[in-house]
Amino acid sequence: MVRPQDRKFVTADPDKCIGCVVCEYACSMVNENTFNPNKSRIRAMRIGPLVNLAVTCRKCEDPACVAACPRDALKQECDSGIIRVDENVCNGCGWCISACQFGAMNLHPDKKIAFTCNSCTDNETKEPQCVKWCPEEALSFVSAETLSQKYRQKAVKNLFQTAEATKPQ
Amino acid sequence: MFSYAGKILHVNLTTGETRTELLSETMAKQYIGGIGLGIRLLMDNSKPGTDPFHPDNPIIYCTGPLSGTMGPTAGNGYAVVSKSPATGGVGEAKAHGFFGPDLKRAGYDAVVITGKAPKLSYLWIDDDKVEIRNGEYLKNATVGDTDNKIRDELGDFYIRVSAIGEAGEKLCRFAAIINDEFRAIGRTGMGAVMGSKNLKAVAVRGTKDVNVANMPGFKEYIKMIHERMKGPATKKYKTLGTPENVLVLNSLSALATRNWTNATFEGANKVSGEYLNEHYVKKIVGCATCGMRCDHICVVPEGPYKGSTSRLEFECLWSLGPLCGVDRLDAVIEAMRITNEYGMDGISIGVVVAFAMDLYEHGIITKEQTDGIDLKFGNAEALIAIIHKIGKREGWLGNILAEGVAKAAELIGGDAYKYACHIKGLELPGYDLRTLKTAALGFSVSFRGACHLRNGAYSPDVKGKVNRFKIEKGRGKMITDESHMYNIIDSLIVCKFSRGTYYDGWKDLTNYYTLATGIPITVEEMTADGDRIENLARLFNIREGKGTRKFDDVPYKIKNFPVPDEGPAKGVCVSDEEMAIGLDDYYASRGWTADGIPTVERLKLLGLGDLAYIAEDAMKTAQANKDAKASAPVATVGGN
Repeated sequence: MVRPQDRKFVTADPDKCIGCVVCEYACSMVNENTFNPNKSRIRAMRIGPLVNLAVTCRKCEDPACVAACPRDALKQECDSGIIRVDENVCNGCGWCISACQFGAMNLHPDKKIAFTCNSCTDNETKEPQCVKWCPEEALSFVSAETLSQKYRQKAVKNLFQTAEATKPQ
Repeated sequence: MFSYAGKILHVNLTTGETRTELLSETMAKQYIGGIGLGIRLLMDNSKPGTDPFHPDNPIIYCTGPLSGTMGPTAGNGYAVVSKSPATGGVGEAKAHGFFGPDLKRAGYDAVVITGKAPKLSYLWIDDDKVEIRNGEYLKNATVGDTDNKIRDELGDFYIRVSAIGEAGEKLCRFAAIINDEFRAIGRTGMGAVMGSKNLKAVAVRGTKDVNVANMPGFKEYIKMIHERMKGPATKKYKTLGTPENVLVLNSLSALATRNWTNATFEGANKVSGEYLNEHYVKKIVGCATCGMRCDHICVVPEGPYKGSTSRLEFECLWSLGPLCGVDRLDAVIEAMRITNEYGMDGISIGVVVAFAMDLYEHGIITKEQTDGIDLKFGNAEALIAIIHKIGKREGWLGNILAEGVAKAAELIGGDAYKYACHIKGLELPGYDLRTLKTAALGFSVSFRGACHLRNGAYSPDVKGKVNRFKIEKGRGKMITDESHMYNIIDSLIVCKFSRGTYYDGWKDLTNYYTLATGIPITVEEMTADGDRIENLARLFNIREGKGTRKFDDVPYKIKNFPVPDEGPAKGVCVSDEEMAIGLDDYYASRGWTADGIPTVERLKLLGLGDLAYIAEDAMKTAQANKDAKASAPVATVGGN
């Protein structure tokens, strides 16, 4: 049994992400066997050259998308946190899309049903394909715990910049 | 036929009619896509002698066979081809970013646009639905605002827009078409052709799949290119970027300064790539599907232009900086930003301003004619002020300069032509041709006018592979061979910054093509495609009366103003004799006549037999001229 705080999700580092959408293409290549960003489970947003970020499902606890579904088509897998959509039940109403605060839920253009990140890990790297392909190493597959550690480390290092600089190399 | 859409869209803006035709596999294999396909469609869809601004002149948007795939850099391009209002010959330019793949996903390899809309409009391509929509509310809007407003109006953030600014609407002959804020179809005035058609923008949303023939093979291939992109072949673009060239060229006395008055710039250190990166570069971003990154986004941190943000590459940094004698990067960044907003070619604008500064310094134009702007070399405020005037065609000078240096020199008259640095009507890019003579020859024969990217002829000079102060036999073949590669690169629409990652050159490119399209192609066949495209473009120029030997020349200043700077290059310039040796050698290597006309046999060999009549007609005219000349001395004696 994986604790909710140890569930891994894909996150983009705002300092590194450049909005190149390689992740979108990698996602559609692996999961849909075609090239089409509209069928990607991760979407990059470029709002001007300096404002870029790729966004996908963060495997929330008590996810709003699941709660919002009027047909109970969405279920969250216990260990992985992956949101599974029952293709026979979902009718593409889009309540889950408006419920997700991250805009990580999408409507599949052909199937007209909801779809989102399925953590498509392979045996080789144990990481989703978008993370593997990201040329900037901006994406990582992390748990909330490691993510908070990472930012905490960064914050503390920033605070002690001078001390770090004077440390013997 | 995989990865091609297999369809060409025709739009007539006058009647509002649209229709599609199929793209045949033969056409695909012979012309690849991008500029190759575009120039063939231009040839077939236009009548000889059509004015570039006439509604009948088609403007053609093309994707490449790899557009819309995950191919790094190749997946994201598009090309625009038309008859150029700057040169009167082939006009073409490519841009990357995010627009190209959507056009492919919408289902088109090319869009041929003719006619003229009755009022300012934009074209909305939503997969199979094509609509000409009202664009009057976008009048004089900047490129960026146009993009935002159209996406707002249509209600989808992911719609891609390729638009012109005020300069294009006002038929500035070096107006650009721009997508994604700063990705430009820059050269040869394609934006002005859009303007002449009352076409403010093309907006596109493509939702269809793009499939390749061999997915596992293609995946392995792009993985390999991604790995190579992390290596030495792209290091320059990922670190200092192309502005690294400033100090390199300066050390070679090849950094054209103050409108080719000098070949070195005393302020080079203040406008170097090193200085730029240390003080202004905020982030380096990239285009869709690219495994490298090159867009150096510069932000001015303080001073009068505080907050001004723009992407900056070597060519535009040079044209707006050293060429105008300006050593302030904050002003260069601001100049670049407004050039993009008006939608103008960042190379031509700097050459145009430097030309005006040269005239001002020589007293050919006065302060009265500049509306009080002190247009001295090095005056950064004057640079910004005059760009605004050109972008709006404001005042006597602004209006004239919007015509480009060639036509402006004619309009100003007198000695002005001596300071107009262009080839075939297109302003020179950032290399001093007096000290880089392979480049002088290569640029002179480029079919779109002065251009460093039609055959890369600057490269052997800069890399020290040849004696750069000399034109000699052998340079012709060098230029010919490279031109085929560049034609293919621009037809596949692979980004030239990535060309170092194709370690096996032609073999890598043929492999790439076949994995994606499923069409088998050999290195010989693809090289022949490059040759065919070059000959086709030459034939178009000949058909339009711009393609023979006398048009293959370098500017007056390059031939008559020796380099004054101390150093190994002192006293150097290009002579007519050298140019003659070079041109003879180049034509011979192509199998063209001494007049620079492709022979009928050569054309038939390349599968261009249907267009051989153009060469035959030109040869007859050339012969008639020679006959007239032969009998001329008698007449002259009589006349005297």
